[in-house]
Amino acid sequence: MTQVKLERLCDAQPGERFRITKINIEGTMKRRLLDLGFVPGCEVTVLQKSPLGDPTAYRVSHTTIALRNEESSNIYGERIRDDKQS
Amino acid sequence: MTNNHEYTIALAGNPNTGKSTLFNVLTGLRQHTGNWPGKTVVHAEGFFTYKDEQYRIIDLPGTYSLYSNSADEEVARDFIIFAKPDVTLVVLDATALERNLNLALQVLEMTDRVIVCLNLMDEAKKKGIIIDIAKLSKKLGVPVVPISARNKEGIDELLETIARMVHGEIQTKPTKISYSRTIEEKIAKLLPLVKEVIGDEYPARWIALRLLDGDTSLLHALQSQPHHLLKGGAHYGCHCSAKSI
Repeated sequence: MTQVKLERLCDAQPGERFRITKINIEGTMKRRLLDLGFVPGCEVTVLQKSPLGDPTAYRVSHTTIALRNEESSNIYGERIRDDKQS
Repeated sequence: MTNNHEYTIALAGNPNTGKSTLFNVLTGLRQHTGNWPGKTVVHAEGFFTYKDEQYRIIDLPGTYSLYSNSADEEVARDFIIFAKPDVTLVVLDATALERNLNLALQVLEMTDRVIVCLNLMDEAKKKGIIIDIAKLSKKLGVPVVPISARNKEGIDELLETIARMVHGEIQTKPTKISYSRTIEEKIAKLLPLVKEVIGDEYPARWIALRLLDGDTSLLHALQSQPHHLLKGGAHYGCHCSAKSI
């Protein structure tokens, strides 16, 4: 299996799109993230960072949700590149 | 009026789906608000009459889920499980079904007396979203009624569906979610135990799932219920829940 190097959601920049593959969080916080729409396979758009860089607002299934670094650094996936190069 | 029986309707749904708009449309000014006992969660209840019958309607707190154990979600969950409303109306935002169906499926695991109410149909139309109501209803196994609470559209059909459900004229068969084999095996193992402890009072499959999830908040809620049923039973439950997956 070709292993794509997974990136962290917190490293995606505003304007970029991101597809979630894995959530490395346990317990109620994971449950909460799933309920809010942060589900493996789904696409997230990074909207903007707050002035101090944390939290960051994301658009996920038609709703804006802000996450702290604490959470977004444990969400893994890949950035969806724009089709310019390919 | 001779019929003093009052039917109870619970309104569940995500935040901002227009639950309270629908609540206001149905009850007008016949409502009062307060807090749920012991919690700073707003409790709104109202009354309305349809075809000479009394209905009491409870506006549950808006939640994305019934599992994450915030006070809001506990209130909503406990009401659906312990108060056993005659009908639970799940209000969904027709413009964001993907997100909203999560809660609908959770409610369908808890009770079969569910009507799904697709609100904001006017918004959806504006956005060019077309929803196959019949198919959705067939897939979920419960009635689906499209409405626009803001424009008071679809309310008659909704009331009629509610009336038919409380009179037992609608048979539902909520879609059953199958889990992975390991989980299903554990559910099968737990089911007889759960039934032995709580009888038919509560949905056994759902309780088994909550136990597997290690949901201690539910166990506490069960224990605090004024019932005969948990004589040493909770103990039983705790042991099972330790087998986390």
